[in-house]
Amino acid sequence: MSRHLALHRLPMIITVIIGLVLTIVPLPEWFEIGRPDFLVLIVLYWSTMNPRVGGLTLAFLVGLMLDAFTGVVLGQHALALCLVAAIAIKLHLRMRVFPILHQAMTIFWLLVLYEFVLFWTDGGTGHAVTTWMRWIPALVGAVLWPIVAGLLGRAYQRT
Amino acid sequence: MAAFHSDTRPILGRGPSILLRFVFFALLAIGLMWVDQRHRWLESVRYGISWVAYPFQALVSSPGAAWDWLTESFSTRERLQRENADLQARLREADLRMMRFEALEQENIRLRAMREATASIAERAMVAEIMRVDLNPFRHRVILNKGARNGVFKGQPLLDAKGVFGQITRAGPFSAEAILISDSEHAIPVQVNRNGLRTIAVGTGDLSRLSVPYLPINADIRTGDLLVTSGLDEIFPAGYPVAVVTEVDQSPGQTLASISARPAAALDRDREVLLVWVKEKLIEPVDAPAPPGVTPGRPAAQAPAQTQTPARASGAPAGAPTRPATTTTPVRTPSQPRVSEETRPREEQRPAAAEAPATQPAPQTQEQQDQTPPDQTPPDQTPPEQTPREQSSAPPQEEPAEEAPPEPTEVPPQ
Repeated sequence: MSRHLALHRLPMIITVIIGLVLTIVPLPEWFEIGRPDFLVLIVLYWSTMNPRVGGLTLAFLVGLMLDAFTGVVLGQHALALCLVAAIAIKLHLRMRVFPILHQAMTIFWLLVLYEFVLFWTDGGTGHAVTTWMRWIPALVGAVLWPIVAGLLGRAYQRT
Repeated sequence: MAAFHSDTRPILGRGPSILLRFVFFALLAIGLMWVDQRHRWLESVRYGISWVAYPFQALVSSPGAAWDWLTESFSTRERLQRENADLQARLREADLRMMRFEALEQENIRLRAMREATASIAERAMVAEIMRVDLNPFRHRVILNKGARNGVFKGQPLLDAKGVFGQITRAGPFSAEAILISDSEHAIPVQVNRNGLRTIAVGTGDLSRLSVPYLPINADIRTGDLLVTSGLDEIFPAGYPVAVVTEVDQSPGQTLASISARPAAALDRDREVLLVWVKEKLIEPVDAPAPPGVTPGRPAAQAPAQTQTPARASGAPAGAPTRPATTTTPVRTPSQPRVSEETRPREEQRPAAAEAPATQPAPQTQEQQDQTPPDQTPPDQTPPEQTPREQSSAPPQEEPAEEAPPEPTEVPPQ
């Protein structure tokens, strides 16, 4: 059983590593603000498609890594990711049968919620960022969702 | 895309419900945030995570580094020659200045020795490279490729060839995170080079602008003034250029002038920066100790700068006016604590001011130190016994010669 699970975790770990790299890879300045939260998309994908392999533990650990990588207070991204992952797991049976546009809409609202939790904890820890531009990644992420889900779907089908 | 085959276990009996698990993780995350914000225990956790993060950062920044190396090794002969000629011209210029500098430095040491003041001297510097890694786009943070293994510590000043760049906020084993002076959470105590007027320059979140928000409209500051570090924060050595004033708006309707300045360092272009180790050095008196009549000349020089600061009225300590004026240096003692008080209320306005919690307790203890002795010492004292007390009542930026060194040794073992 554990071997079986480990085999299932392999694509997940690889995609998380790719997501981490994409999160810190330098982008041209005009696009930097709109960098989608790749790791959130990846965690949401695994939460809907395979909640037992992914799930909240994955969300929490990935969130902690994001906190450490971006140098914010530890636990901020972890909290936000756990919240959206919990909702995605709750909805996962429905999410799977949604048409792709409907899925993207749901993802959009989850991303907005994610950004809101970050915004809120930013304010709570005294680092408020109040520009409207911080909501762009949610939109870009939702637009990218069909592509990300398609690519991840291939990785998932392989196993 | 939708794949069902993996979920073969029964739906019921899968352990704790999703809500319960979420509450558990959420509480864990909130607890972590609280601990990280209020206490310093998690520094070692961060140190460990930074260990894990370094390979990723190195991987991500490697294509850029490889491109740099390629362009370097294939650069043309003419370009190298041009560069060489340029560098030689600059070296000659620098040599010329150096000749004057030696003499001036000697003179400065002599003058400081007469005042029994300490000088913070940049002792050692190391070149660090900014890694090509993007962090939060709303914060001006960078990752450097030198870490605690190279002796980097939290709060270490960072310079470039033109001026102050930032300071280290977190040192990992192989890499370190630094905050730029333009970050909206950064504030740096500065001094107008022309007249010694002290204030604080605050980052705005714009790489090409600092703001100087705490000067009254009648302050003597003009466009083109150079702001240098004042050293009051005990982080940055005094006298390094920070910014040039670009805009001064002293409209009479307001209490405070709105002043903008352009950072002297090339914050957006630099790839290489200098990590500096600062040594606070107490200069031994060369001749006989200066007579008490000489020392009051110093507060007199500082007085104009202080009277113009907005924090003066509220910042005067309650204990200072009640102090007996029978001590032998009446001019000096009442004005001294004000120097420390002047910085404190402002740094409280910006909680992350220069991110140095050490600067706030320092004036407090120092003030208490020099409040007690004057009551005990009789007014008619011989000059040799005054000198140690005068040292203890020196302004806080110069005093803790024994407090500055422990910081570098304290951080690396984590």
